Amino acid sequence: MNKLPDKSYLNDPKGLKSWLLTRDHKRIGLMYLYAIMTAFLLGGIFAMIIRLELLSPGKDLIDADTYNQFFTLHGAIMIFLFIIPSIPAAFGNFVLPLMIGAKDVAFPRLNLASWYIYILGSLFALYSIITGAVDTGWTFYTPYSTETTTSVISMTLGVFILGFSSIFTGLNFIVTIHKLRAPGMTWFKMPLFVWALYATAIIQVLATPVLGITLILLIIERVVGIGIFDPAMGGDPVLYQHFFWFYSHPAVYIMILPGMGIISELISVFSHKKIFGYKAIAFSSLGIAFVSFLVWGHHMFVSGQSELAAMIFSFLTFFVGIPSGIKVFNWVTTMYRGSISLEAPMLYALSFLFLFTIGGLTGIFLGALSVDVHLHDTYFIVAHFHYVMMGGTVMAFLGGLHYWWPKFWGRMYSEFWARISVALIFVGFNVTFFSQFILGSQGMPRRYYNYLDQYQPLHGFSTFGSWILGLGFVVMAVYLIHAIFRGKVAGANPWGALTFEWTTPSPPPHENFDKIPTMEHGPYDYDKIVPRSTLAESD
Amino acid sequence: MDQTVGHPEFLQHHFSDVEQQRESAKLGMWIFLLTEVLLFGGLFCAYSIYRSWNPEIFHNAHRFLDVYLGTLNTVVLIVSSVTMALAIRSMQLDRKKQTLIFLIVTLALAAAFLVVKYFEYSHKFHLGQLPGKFYTFTGIEGTNPHIFFSVYFLMTGLHGIHVIGGMAVITWLIFKTRGRTFSSQYYTPIEMTGLYWHLVDLIWIFLFPLFYLVG
Amino acid sequence: MDTTGTIFLPSGHSTIAGEVDALFNFILYASIVLFLLVIFLSAYFVIRYRRQKEAGLTYGKDHNIKLEIAWTLIPTILIIIVFVWGFRTYLKMHIVPKDAIEIKVTGQKWFWSFEYPEGVTSVNEIVVPEDKPVKLLMSSKDVIHSFFVPNFRIKMDVLPNRYSVTWFEATNAGEYNLFCTEFCGTGHSEMIGKVRVVSEREYAEWLQAGTAVGEGMTLEEFGAKLYTSKACITCHSIDGSVGTGPSFKGKYGETELMASGDRVKIDENYIRESILNPQAKVVAGYAPVMPTYQGVLKSREVDALIEFIKSLQEEADTENE
Repeated sequence: MNKLPDKSYLNDPKGLKSWLLTRDHKRIGLMYLYAIMTAFLLGGIFAMIIRLELLSPGKDLIDADTYNQFFTLHGAIMIFLFIIPSIPAAFGNFVLPLMIGAKDVAFPRLNLASWYIYILGSLFALYSIITGAVDTGWTFYTPYSTETTTSVISMTLGVFILGFSSIFTGLNFIVTIHKLRAPGMTWFKMPLFVWALYATAIIQVLATPVLGITLILLIIERVVGIGIFDPAMGGDPVLYQHFFWFYSHPAVYIMILPGMGIISELISVFSHKKIFGYKAIAFSSLGIAFVSFLVWGHHMFVSGQSELAAMIFSFLTFFVGIPSGIKVFNWVTTMYRGSISLEAPMLYALSFLFLFTIGGLTGIFLGALSVDVHLHDTYFIVAHFHYVMMGGTVMAFLGGLHYWWPKFWGRMYSEFWARISVALIFVGFNVTFFSQFILGSQGMPRRYYNYLDQYQPLHGFSTFGSWILGLGFVVMAVYLIHAIFRGKVAGANPWGALTFEWTTPSPPPHENFDKIPTMEHGPYDYDKIVPRSTLAESD
Repeated sequence: MDQTVGHPEFLQHHFSDVEQQRESAKLGMWIFLLTEVLLFGGLFCAYSIYRSWNPEIFHNAHRFLDVYLGTLNTVVLIVSSVTMALAIRSMQLDRKKQTLIFLIVTLALAAAFLVVKYFEYSHKFHLGQLPGKFYTFTGIEGTNPHIFFSVYFLMTGLHGIHVIGGMAVITWLIFKTRGRTFSSQYYTPIEMTGLYWHLVDLIWIFLFPLFYLVG
Repeated sequence: MDTTGTIFLPSGHSTIAGEVDALFNFILYASIVLFLLVIFLSAYFVIRYRRQKEAGLTYGKDHNIKLEIAWTLIPTILIIIVFVWGFRTYLKMHIVPKDAIEIKVTGQKWFWSFEYPEGVTSVNEIVVPEDKPVKLLMSSKDVIHSFFVPNFRIKMDVLPNRYSVTWFEATNAGEYNLFCTEFCGTGHSEMIGKVRVVSEREYAEWLQAGTAVGEGMTLEEFGAKLYTSKACITCHSIDGSVGTGPSFKGKYGETELMASGDRVKIDENYIRESILNPQAKVVAGYAPVMPTYQGVLKSREVDALIEFIKSLQEEADTENE
C-alpha cells in the first residue's frame, strides 16, 4: 500500500523532450505551476522591497523612480503572470479533466500552445524590467503611459500575448466541460470547482479580446501617435479607462471565481458534508460572471463621468455583491452538523472565509458613491483588493495547493509545518493589510513613494506584518519541496473525498483512468457514502 | 472499449467517437469567432464614439474614400465566401479535385482583395491622409481630421491582417487536400476555416458601409 | 456639519463631510455585525462538529428555502439603503451652489496652481474663506492628476483635455492637506499642497496682498517666499542635496555641463531662461521634466527668484571661507 505506482504521468514517458512536447493536461498543469510560482516569488520580492521602502517617510532604500517601477512590476506580475493564470491554468488544467472523468482537455495541442504563449508573454513582460522597467502602475493609464520614457511597449505587448494564453485556456475549458463529461455526469452533478472554472472561462473568452485591442491601441498610440487617447490630438484619455476596465473588472472575477470553486470543494470535503445550496452556488458563479461585465464604471466615480452613469454603475456594483454573499452563507451553513477536520487545506478555507468576508464587506464602502469619493485611490483600495485577491484568491490557491499536492506527487507534506505556515501567513496578512484600511480612510493616497509623518506608525506596522507574511511563505517553500522527495506516500484518496480525481492513483497514470468512470453518486453525497481515507490507515 | 476497432487515424485518443471530436471542434471554433467579434467590437465602439464627437469630420473625410473600389472589394469578398462554402460542399461529396479548385479560387480572390486595398492605401499614403501625427493632408475641413484616418487604418488594417491569416490557412488546406488528408468522413479543418472566412467577410460587410457609405 | 476624527476617519471640516461619515459609519457597523455573525457561526460549527476519529454519514439536508430567501433579501435591502444614501450625497457633491467663489485649479507635474477671480495666483496653497462655497474649475497641463482633500471628503480627477468641477464649503479655519491621488510620475508623492481656510476678513486681506506683488519686501526675501510658495522646493533643494532638479545652492556664477554637451555659465539670463523655457538648456544628468512658468510668474517674481538664487551663492561662499 505505501508505495507510489510504478508508472505515472510523472515518469511515463521519461525525458525532458517528452515534457516540453507533452500534450498531457497534468504535465501542462504542473509546468504552469512551476511558471506561476516563479512569478509569485518575483512579485513577492518586489512587494517586500516596496514595504521596506515605506517603513519610514523619505528615502530608505530606493529612489522615487525605482519605487514607481517596483510597485508597477509588483502589480503587473502578480495580476497578469500569477493570479489570472494561477488557479485556472495550473489547477484547472491538472484537475478539470480528472474531475469530470475525461482523458484530457478537448484540445491538448492548443493547451500546450497556451503554455508556450504564456512563457513568451512573460518573457516580454520580464524583458521590460531589464530595459528600464515600467512606471505607470499596472493599469497603464493614458496619457502618462504614452509619455513616460520607460519600456511600456514590451510590458503591454507581454500582457497582450498573455491574453491569448488566457483565451485559449478558457476556450479549451468551455469545450471540455460541454463535450467531455463522463457518462452520467449531468450539469448538476458536476463538482462546483468545475462550475467555477466554467464561469471563469466565459469571462476569459469574452473580456480578454477587449483588453487585447485596448493594449494594441495603446502601443500604436505610443509608437506612431495616432491620437486616439491623446488629448492634444483630439483623443480622449478617459476612453482608455473605459476600455481598460471593461476588461479588468471582469478580470477581477477571473481571479476570484476559481478561488470560490476551490473553497466549495474544501469546505465540503473537510466538513464531510453535502454542500449546502449546490445550485445557488453554481448559479451565483454564472450570475457574477454576467453582472461583472456591467460594473466597470465603478473604477471611475471621480473621473468626471456623468452622475447617471455613476448611479447605474453603483447600483449594479451592489448586485454583484449579493451572489458573493450568498456563497459565504452557503459555505458557513455547509459546516453545520458536519464532521469537520482541521487539516491545512481546511485552515486555508477558513482563512479565506475570514479574509474574503472582510474584503467583500469593504467593497460595500467602495460601491457607495459618496464614500467612494473619499476612499478612491487611497490605501483603503489597496487593502480592499489585497483582502479579496490575496486573502481570497491566494488563500484559496494555497488551500488547493495543499489539497491536490498529494495528487500531483503522490506524497504528503508535513502537517505540522503546514499549520505553522498557515498561522504565520494568516497573522502576517492581517497585520500587513488591516492597517492599510485605516491608513486609507485617514487619507493616505496610494502609489506614494513619500508620505507625511502622521502616517508613519501604521506604515511601520504594515511593513512589520510583511515580514511575518514572508516568513510564512519561506517555511511553506521548505516543507513543500521536502515533501516532493521525502513525503509520506499519500495513496489515492488521502482526504476521503468523493470527486473523480480521487478514484485514480496518486500520481495518476498517463491516461488518467484505467477505465472511464461512470457517475454513480453526486460529488458531495456524504450523507449516503463514507469514503475511506487512504491516509488514516498509515497513521 | 476497444481502441483499435472503429478508431480512425484522425480521431484523437481522448475523444470517444468522431462525432464528439467534430462537435468539440465546432464549439471551439464558434467560441474563437466570438472572441474575434469582441476584438473588433472594441474598435467598432471607438468608431461610434469618435464619430459622435466629430460628426462633421467623419462626413468630410469619408468622401475621400473610393466607393467604387470599396464596392469592388465587397463583391470580391462575398464571392470568395461562396467559393469557400462550395469547397466544403465538394469535400462532403468526396469531390477532391473540385475542392482544390474552389480553395484556389478563394485564395486568389483574397489576394485580389489585398491588391485593391494596396492601391487604396498607397493613394492615401501619397496624399498624406495618414493616421495621427503623420497626417499632412490639408483638403479636409474641421479640427483633427486625422482621427478619421486613425480609425480607418486601424480597422481596415486589422481586417487586412485577418485576411492574410486566412490566406495562410487556406494555403495550408490546399496542401493538405492535395495530400489526401481530408475525405467526406473528415473535413473539419476545411469547415472551420470556412466559418472563419465567413466572419472575415462579415466584418468587411460592416466596415464597408460605416466608412465608405454612411456620411 | 463637521465631525471629529475616529480611528478610521480624519476629522471632517466641510459641509459634506458629516453626510459621508454618517454613511461610512452605517456601513461600518452593519459590516461588523455581519462579519461577527459569519465568524462566530463558523467558529461555533468548527468546535461543535469537530471530527471524532472516523467520519461517518453526515446530515444530508442541502437546502432550506426560508433561510435562503432570508439571506438574499436582508442584504439586498441593506445595500439598497446604502445605494440610495450614497447616491444622494454624491449628487450634492456635484451640484455647485450658485453663489460659489470660482477658483481655477491647474495640476501639472508636480504642483498645483490656483487662479482667483481677482487675478491673484498661488501655487500649492489654496486660500479660501470659511463658510462660503468654493467651486473649483480644474484642468491639467500634462497627465491626469486628482484633487483630494481628506478633511473635506472631496476628490476629483483633473484631466488634460477638459475641465472637471468639484466644490466644497469649509466649516472651520485651519490648514488641511491637499493630495494628488492619480499617479503622475516621479514627483507624485511630492505633489502635496495645503488648503488654508481663513475668516472672510483674512481672505479679503490675503487677496489684497496677493495683487500687490511682494511689496514691502526686499527682492531676496520675496524670492525666498516664492521658492516655497511657487513649489520650486519640490524639485530643487537649497542645501546642496540632489532632487529631481539640481540644487540651487552654490550654483550661481558656476559653469555647468549641459545635456547637449555645452558648458554654460549660470548667470541671470540662464536662470531667467530656465524658469520661462526650462527645456532650452538642461543640466547634464537631469531629466527634462520641468514645466514652464511662463504666465505663472510675473516679471518681478522672476527677478526675485534670481536674487534669491544669487544669495544662496553668497551663503555658500561664506561657508567655504
